[in-house]
Amino acid sequence: MIKKVRGMVDKVGFPQVILSCFFILIFMVGIGYGLSPLGMLGDCVARWGMFSVLALAMVPAIQCGVGPNFGISMGVVCGLLGSVIAIDLRIAEIEALVSISPMLAKLVAILFAMGLGALFAIPIGWVFAQLLNRVKGSEMMVTTYIGFAILAFMSIIWTVLPVQNGELVFAASGTGIRTTVSLGNSIGGALSGILSFSINDLVVPTGMLLFCALMCFIVYLFLSSKSGVALSAAGANPQFAQASGIKVDKMRTTGIILSTIIGAVGIIVYSQESGLMQFYSAPQMMGFNSAAAVLLGGATIRRAKIRNVVFGTLLFQGIMAIGVAVANQLMPSTSLSEIIRMILCNGIILYALAQSQGGGKKRG
Amino acid sequence: MDKNAFGKKCLSFLQRNAVVLIFAVVALFAMIASIQPATYFAGEITTRIARNAFLVLSLIIPVLAGMGLNFGIVVGAMAAQIAVFFGVHWNWTGLSGFFLTALLATPIAMLFGYLVGRLFNRIKGMEMIGGLVLGYCADGLYQLLFLVIFGTVIKIDDSRVMMTDGATGAINTIDLTPNIGSSLDTTPLLSVIEVAFYAFLVFQLAAILYRLMKKRPISWARHGVQVAIAVVVYALTYIPYVEDLLRQERLLLLVLTEFLCLFVLLAQAVRCILALLRKQPVPWKSALGYVIADAIVYGLTYIPAVYDVLVSTRVPMFTYLVIAALFVFNNVFSKTRLGHNIRAVGQSREIAFVSGINVDRTRIIAMIFSTIFAAWGQLINLQNLGTLSTYYAHTSIGTFAIAALLVGGASVHKANSKQAILGVILFHSLYVAAPAAGRELFGNAVVGEYFRTFVSYGIIAVALAMHAGNRLRELRASQNENLRAGPAGGGKPRAALSAVSRGFSVPGRCREGKKLKTSGEGPGL
Amino acid sequence: MKENKIVLSMKNISKEYSGNPVLKNVSIDVRAGEIHALMGENGAGKSTLMNILFGMPAIHATGGFQGTIEIEGEPVVIDTPTKAMQYGIGMVHQELMLIPGFTVAENIKIGREIGKSNFLSEILGKSMETLDTAAMNRDARNALDSVGMTSLREDTLVEGMAIGYKQFIEIAREIDKSNMRVLVFDEPTAVLTEDEARQMLDALQKIVDLGIAVIFISHRLDEVLEVSSQVSVLRDGTLVTSVPASTLTPNSLAELMVGRGMSSEVRSASGPRPDFSKAPVAVRFHDFWVDMPGERVKGIDLEVKEGEILGIGGLAGQGKLGISNGVMGMYPSRGCVEVFGQELQLSREGDALRHGVAFVSEDRRGVGLLIEDSIENNIVFSAMQVKKMFLSKKLLFTQQDRHAIREHGKKMIDLLDIRCTSGAQAVGRLSGGNQQKVLFVSEPTRGIDIGAKELVLDYLHKINREEGVTIIFTSSELLELRSICDRIAIIAGGKINSILKPTVSDAAFGLAMSGIKPEGGEEE
Repeated sequence: MIKKVRGMVDKVGFPQVILSCFFILIFMVGIGYGLSPLGMLGDCVARWGMFSVLALAMVPAIQCGVGPNFGISMGVVCGLLGSVIAIDLRIAEIEALVSISPMLAKLVAILFAMGLGALFAIPIGWVFAQLLNRVKGSEMMVTTYIGFAILAFMSIIWTVLPVQNGELVFAASGTGIRTTVSLGNSIGGALSGILSFSINDLVVPTGMLLFCALMCFIVYLFLSSKSGVALSAAGANPQFAQASGIKVDKMRTTGIILSTIIGAVGIIVYSQESGLMQFYSAPQMMGFNSAAAVLLGGATIRRAKIRNVVFGTLLFQGIMAIGVAVANQLMPSTSLSEIIRMILCNGIILYALAQSQGGGKKRG
Repeated sequence: MDKNAFGKKCLSFLQRNAVVLIFAVVALFAMIASIQPATYFAGEITTRIARNAFLVLSLIIPVLAGMGLNFGIVVGAMAAQIAVFFGVHWNWTGLSGFFLTALLATPIAMLFGYLVGRLFNRIKGMEMIGGLVLGYCADGLYQLLFLVIFGTVIKIDDSRVMMTDGATGAINTIDLTPNIGSSLDTTPLLSVIEVAFYAFLVFQLAAILYRLMKKRPISWARHGVQVAIAVVVYALTYIPYVEDLLRQERLLLLVLTEFLCLFVLLAQAVRCILALLRKQPVPWKSALGYVIADAIVYGLTYIPAVYDVLVSTRVPMFTYLVIAALFVFNNVFSKTRLGHNIRAVGQSREIAFVSGINVDRTRIIAMIFSTIFAAWGQLINLQNLGTLSTYYAHTSIGTFAIAALLVGGASVHKANSKQAILGVILFHSLYVAAPAAGRELFGNAVVGEYFRTFVSYGIIAVALAMHAGNRLRELRASQNENLRAGPAGGGKPRAALSAVSRGFSVPGRCREGKKLKTSGEGPGL
Repeated sequence: MKENKIVLSMKNISKEYSGNPVLKNVSIDVRAGEIHALMGENGAGKSTLMNILFGMPAIHATGGFQGTIEIEGEPVVIDTPTKAMQYGIGMVHQELMLIPGFTVAENIKIGREIGKSNFLSEILGKSMETLDTAAMNRDARNALDSVGMTSLREDTLVEGMAIGYKQFIEIAREIDKSNMRVLVFDEPTAVLTEDEARQMLDALQKIVDLGIAVIFISHRLDEVLEVSSQVSVLRDGTLVTSVPASTLTPNSLAELMVGRGMSSEVRSASGPRPDFSKAPVAVRFHDFWVDMPGERVKGIDLEVKEGEILGIGGLAGQGKLGISNGVMGMYPSRGCVEVFGQELQLSREGDALRHGVAFVSEDRRGVGLLIEDSIENNIVFSAMQVKKMFLSKKLLFTQQDRHAIREHGKKMIDLLDIRCTSGAQAVGRLSGGNQQKVLFVSEPTRGIDIGAKELVLDYLHKINREEGVTIIFTSSELLELRSICDRIAIIAGGKINSILKPTVSDAAFGLAMSGIKPEGGEEE
């Protein structure tokens, strides 16, 4: 019996088991505090959808051998820039579209933002990849700090960007973009609102979930195509790939560009669900959160699959969603949920790092 | 030919110091753009060296140990903050309070350093990213301690450090002014010398007793001379002028410069006299160089602009002394048995292991040292600031200290104390100047702040990228070198080339030109 | 010869790695002041024996060994390198164990630094002692002088020194250890120039004059016979003989080392042996250099005829593995390689593949295998990437055809009875290989069991004879080469020593592998 349990734990992974138990535990505690189970479930689903595309951006980066892309901020700023332009052009308020359906206008706006974001992401991802191809072996550190640096750099851009739309402009100074932009009149809920329905407290953002599923499916298709297999091989064993005539650097470039594009789309999906778009240093920890979610889903820093994204995001964001609710009951006016996030997110990355060296038992 | 060699030398100097020079130019530009008076910068930078240099110096040992830039110093800073929290709660004040706090912080930092070292041994080769992530993870635990555990599990009823009116956890900002604030900065050297003198006497006595107890030989003459020197030095402080000078808490930069000039002059004289006495060749040339440089520096103090700066800036002497002590320690340490082992481990874990060095243990010791120094460094930082921002004081410590070290010209594998000090000065020049420069150039001080954040992150990214890139390039270069050089041991490629194995005629179809081309490029790996 | 006392005696040593015996009841005695040569092919068990003597962790992590070690008649337990050092056993490593950023003296005294006590060390213990550089330099000077390196300054950095100097510094370090009894030299002359090697042998003599016993591992038969007084030969994990060097000649020693006779049937002899002298050239190497670390190729010229199986043999580290790796662009190379008259662009990745050359790598964990993927994926990978097989169009994407992959994998697995992944990979590449015109195979049988070995060799033979694939077959197992190859090129020192018929004598192969040109038996 014990052996069986141990075997199962080995198969699923120790932290996964522990955290699943933790998830169930806080769910129970939440019910004990009189929170609505359906409501909590709804929060889980909402956050799951919000974060899963961002987490998905890790997969091509890990598969092509770069490792967890902590520099997902490269994609994030592209997505933000695309959205800023879409909002500033007031696409969601174009009369012709609104007269057909306000939802349609929003959808057009968000697709425009995504397309623009993806367009920016291609050259930026390419440049990023050229850099990363020159620093093989130290990618995690470099992506982290490049990510931090680009956010600081874009902060300068945000302060001087000549935007017209009053919803964007920083009211106090009259120039630049405000820290948090409300998306109510632009792309807020553009995906989540489609076909959404509710059962009591449980609100299902059908459109967003469908969109996430579509993104996952596209990445899945790509990874099992010929170039996808080549990309995975380049990551798993560069020498092997080279011996088979695959250009490893080209594959890594493809992976990074893809990751950057997905990051750009991901931040837009994230923002439209939360209804707010955060600029400046707000997305700084996005890379760590996304990486932690995938790693929690059973990925390693060398291999990741779509199911790691789906499971990992559900578990990680589920704990966060219920954690927030329960923590507010347990200890109001503290940031207990933020504390849990920090420990959980960084703890799981540390665990993955330690695992990647076989426990480091080897000498020298 | 000569000119060419000189040009090459210049070029290689520029290349080696590219980071330092570029940064110096950027900082200078920001300072000019900010249109602030030089006195402002001199004062600010003096203060910031006092605040930050110790922390930056705490990064040196892990670099020697081959563990890269220690992002884990954040954990050391947390140890210091825990100690400060209790120090305020128990109402430790003044300089003694500072030392008590340091004493409390040390075992905590030791424990943390040990744990960090254990973790780093499990993730060899990934210490930096590990340290960074660990810093964030530890931040969560730290907040858990201060926000949740204090007040619930550990009941602390003290309105100076804890939230009141129903809220839980420690307050956001703890005022240190009544406790250890400025305690180190305001200690005059006179008290330090007095304490040191008595401590030295006690130490000498203890050493003699210890040897008597262990029945070891005692060199009375050596002790006598040492005590005599101590007494003379102590007696000197009774000269009214010296006493006056030493009584000042913060010495005027002008006075300090004058004393430095005098010291250099005396040191050169002593050096020459010693050489004469020992009948060694006297280093006239270098001594003369020093004296001339000395004279120039002294002459500079008469330029009004420089004079203004020198008379408006005051240096917290004791803090600088403590920083100098770590500076000296870092240098001496690498010449001890342990320091030597640490360097060996840093250069090659494998070779160190077969040479009988306990690699894992050595690495843990290096981390413990670094963490303790980081804790002390954070204490110095906090006493200078005068407040403890409970939840934010540690957050940017790692990034800024590391950026400063890199700006000074250090790399992931090579760093020394000089680079640390130079880096602190350069980095903080930009840091001080950036907001004002932003206001002047863009009409917005925030731009300057974002710019300095960008620079500190960017410099780390660039330094790491350069390091990784160099490593790859060296690998490739050495392979190409091997191809060109032919047989191992480098000798005669021609002879080797002509050796054609027998029995096979050489076909003429392979063209020479093509062959050369392929050999020149060296395929990428 | 004077009979010195026995300082080291290893008795009835046996060792197995996961069921495979690598040492069987080996006993050797080493006397003070003698140079004891330890000879044997790769895999004969020399390194394992020395690892046991040195207490390397690899031995104890794999279940230890049987037998006893006695130092001066006392049985001892050596389970760590530190213990070995305490008993006075030292090793001059083949890969140099020197720290470049340290001075010569610091390297010589590493781990045994001389300290001066100071006030910190009196409180905190010896680790805080200041180093006594002068004393360390003095000791280093003495050690260097005693191995004849009088011109080398002890206070210079090791960084950038010629490899010969480094070797002597290593030796000086071992000599400097006060209790040194037995010193092991693992191929010390392999990386040296002629002059340096001569100097090294002189130094060896000086060392034994100090009363230290030397265990000397080398593949250069002539130098072994010149300097050593006793020779022990290992073959397949057993001690063949241990005799005074004076009773041996290079020929007899070579035969002792290789000596298996022609036990296995020669496949090529089973059918009529085709004559390749008139066949067109499939692959031509001209002045081909490869910088593969540890397996450098230093300019070879070779023609491989269409339809033949050419064997490439030689000892480890001599460069035989570099050839195929260089052709496939795994390591930087220069020179010229033509395949059916067309020159390969060696710097272009995968150019060889485009010219119809396939490659089965020896490094199956590293180069050869997507370790985490399934057996089937490993089998079809190359075919998919290069030949665009096993793909189907779905929607807009070209997708891998899982059905076809499974079918093919199953077929290959059934056909060749693969149970372990390493075998699967070899076969996978081979199965792609029969689509190609030229096949480079490196150590295809390494790490698989005897039955699978035969299958792989049969398969190679089959695709060569039935489908006309030209095969260049690199192996460190001579027996295997001789069983299927038409000609065997022996590589020594990065060059072709000689090209032999599979039927020539053991001694000829033994001599060729040690870098001596054998008389006769050569092809053409």
